[in-house]
Amino acid sequence: MHIHAYEKLWLALSIVLILALIGTVTYGAVGPGVAMVADTQQTVDSGALDEDERFSEPRVEQVGENEYEAYVVAYQFAFEPSPIVVPANSTVTLHVTSRDVIHGFEVAGTNANTMVVPGEVSEITVETDEPAEYGIVCNEYCGAGHHVMEGKLHVVSQSEFENRGGDSA
Amino acid sequence: MSTALEAEQTFVDKFPDEARVVRAAFLSAFFALFLGAIFGIIQTLHRTDVARIIPSTDYYTVLTAHGVFMVISFTIFFLVGLFTWALTRSLDRPLINIKITWTWYGLMAVGMTLTGISILAGFVDSIDMSADVLFTFYAPLQAHPLFYTGLVVFIVGTWIAGADWFRTFLAWRSDHPDQRIPLQTFMVLTTMTMWYIATSAVAASVLLFLLPWSLGLIDQVNPTLTRTLFWFFGHPVVYFWLMPAYMLWYTVLPKIAGGRLFSDPLARVVFVLFLLLSTPVGIHHQYLDPGIAEGFKFISMTNTMFLLLPSLLTAFTVVASVEYGARQNGGTGLLGWLTNLPWRKPEFTGMMLAGLMFAAGGFSGMVNAGMNINYLIHNTLWVPGHFHLTVGTAVALTMMAGTYWIWPQISNKPIFSSQIGLFQVVLWFIGMALMSNAMHAQGLLGVPRRTAEPEYSGFDYPTMFGGFEELNVQIAIGGTLLFVSTILFLGNLALTMGNPRVSGLAEPLPSPVSGSEDAPQVLDNLRLWVSIAVVLVVLAYALPIAAIIQRGGLLGPGVGTYPVWVAPLFDALADAATPLVGAVTDASASLVEVVR
Repeated sequence: MHIHAYEKLWLALSIVLILALIGTVTYGAVGPGVAMVADTQQTVDSGALDEDERFSEPRVEQVGENEYEAYVVAYQFAFEPSPIVVPANSTVTLHVTSRDVIHGFEVAGTNANTMVVPGEVSEITVETDEPAEYGIVCNEYCGAGHHVMEGKLHVVSQSEFENRGGDSA
Repeated sequence: MSTALEAEQTFVDKFPDEARVVRAAFLSAFFALFLGAIFGIIQTLHRTDVARIIPSTDYYTVLTAHGVFMVISFTIFFLVGLFTWALTRSLDRPLINIKITWTWYGLMAVGMTLTGISILAGFVDSIDMSADVLFTFYAPLQAHPLFYTGLVVFIVGTWIAGADWFRTFLAWRSDHPDQRIPLQTFMVLTTMTMWYIATSAVAASVLLFLLPWSLGLIDQVNPTLTRTLFWFFGHPVVYFWLMPAYMLWYTVLPKIAGGRLFSDPLARVVFVLFLLLSTPVGIHHQYLDPGIAEGFKFISMTNTMFLLLPSLLTAFTVVASVEYGARQNGGTGLLGWLTNLPWRKPEFTGMMLAGLMFAAGGFSGMVNAGMNINYLIHNTLWVPGHFHLTVGTAVALTMMAGTYWIWPQISNKPIFSSQIGLFQVVLWFIGMALMSNAMHAQGLLGVPRRTAEPEYSGFDYPTMFGGFEELNVQIAIGGTLLFVSTILFLGNLALTMGNPRVSGLAEPLPSPVSGSEDAPQVLDNLRLWVSIAVVLVVLAYALPIAAIIQRGGLLGPGVGTYPVWVAPLFDALADAATPLVGAVTDASASLVEVVR
């Protein structure tokens, strides 16, 4: 098959571009450590979250120095707890699940973003910075009231977080 | 009449029966385009809070109608029309049995009508029927059984269409045992093969899970499983929309530019690559899904990135062919040849602008494909911004522009007004540039897609360039221009249909610079490519699907297996899988032959 010289050059550059794109993602994973939502979590019975030890009481709890776990439940058409309150300058692992249909969970304007599938638990770990307030949107269509489904993430100072008793309820 | 004119017959002169099918398919496509455009403008103005004429709860009915009518009815009806034209034209023989042809057209029309009724019934409270599940009908959101039934009937129609074309090709093959497959026929066959592979999953999802569930025969489904089966189909379907545009860019655009296709072998390579790579990538729509291991996501990403290759090769070949045409017309210089192109023809300018937008859409697609960069934009307005460049412009604008060229061939009627046509395609480009640019920008702010009211009471979006309101204005203006452009297109076509018939409109397609004789014989070995495609699909999907079923059960966590009456059905499926295994064995045998 005859391939023109310019065409060969173009082909080579295309393959370099593709390998570079794969390289950036690989770097993101091993360098800055961007982890994927994966199948690391146990499945749950979405019909019986009230009896589940993790999700019967949606909350934020401290598990180590500057380390926190948040358990969040999404349902038509809200997130619980509301707002989610976490301390500044800490590592927070969010566990999000759904009671009914598929929802989305995105902290607007950041890359904290996951699908929320009934029966599955999404795990994302974020580093909080200075105190700030973020909006949370459901970004997966979930029914006629989808557009009112919003939540908030409040990053507050360490002292304010303790004043609240460490609980976000 | 001169003998020259008599010698140059148009398609409709040679194949009047097939031309009638092509016209019917195109008109169905354009009817869907009309409905889709009405829902599109309602949606744009609602979302941007310019005019809210419906309650926000009905927004999702509008959204479902816009999505289904545009990406299923408009694109696929146009595709079957174009492919019928291309196959008949390039094989230079009529279809085997025109009654079969009308049967598949009828099935597609009936199926889409059923689905359309179930969607539109959502507006009428007194009818207990709705299908507000969007084009991506993920469980556990449920639609009326008529919605799923209609989709099945429609897809069966497309399967019979493919069989019709394959049979016609085989008839041609027995008359021409040693000839190369004509390029357009090759494109039809590879695209349809991809379609058979892709639709197998959505058919299984609907028939085994969603339809029984919506009829109340089973209590629940596994959301991750049905979602995965949807995306098994949901990514290749975008190439099913795109391939008609590619066919027009490869085989018609160079001719309009005044030249001919640069390389026939490369066009074949590109279509083979799409056949091989477009299915084992669907998990890239599920990067943010819990319950799927990171490794499977990485494999899917690697395949996706390599899928860039055929599009990058297309960019080269199409531009090279157009440049060749311009130089034939006396164009010179590094960029001076650009002035020797027929920019006043809407069919040319429309396709070129569509290609330009496709390049932009390709770049935002690379962002989508990047596994961890995707976190920033997943399910935000960035995503519709992206596919309004690819499907909404590269495909839709090419189809409209292509219509200006092809309609005279299938009706012997000249286009009513080329000036209106030119204005229309440019208007589409401007409208889409405004709308899509603002959508991408809002997506980066975290504005979600698919929501009636993106302004929330509890918080504001972080301000970036422009700001939320200014971007809303851009979207509203862009959407309005697109609606006007659609109406101009449909009006121009309606007036064209009122034109009297004339002769002398024939536009034969010239052979490529580098013809099929340069293409290695192996490119025409469809059995080999199909086998490799199946192997790749099995490699990419067998383990993830097995893992999903193991985790969540066939019907979701905490529920037993299927009721007893289903067992024979699964036996039948296992029987059906046997030829598949045979094909895989064939493939390895053929592979060994090739390696030798």
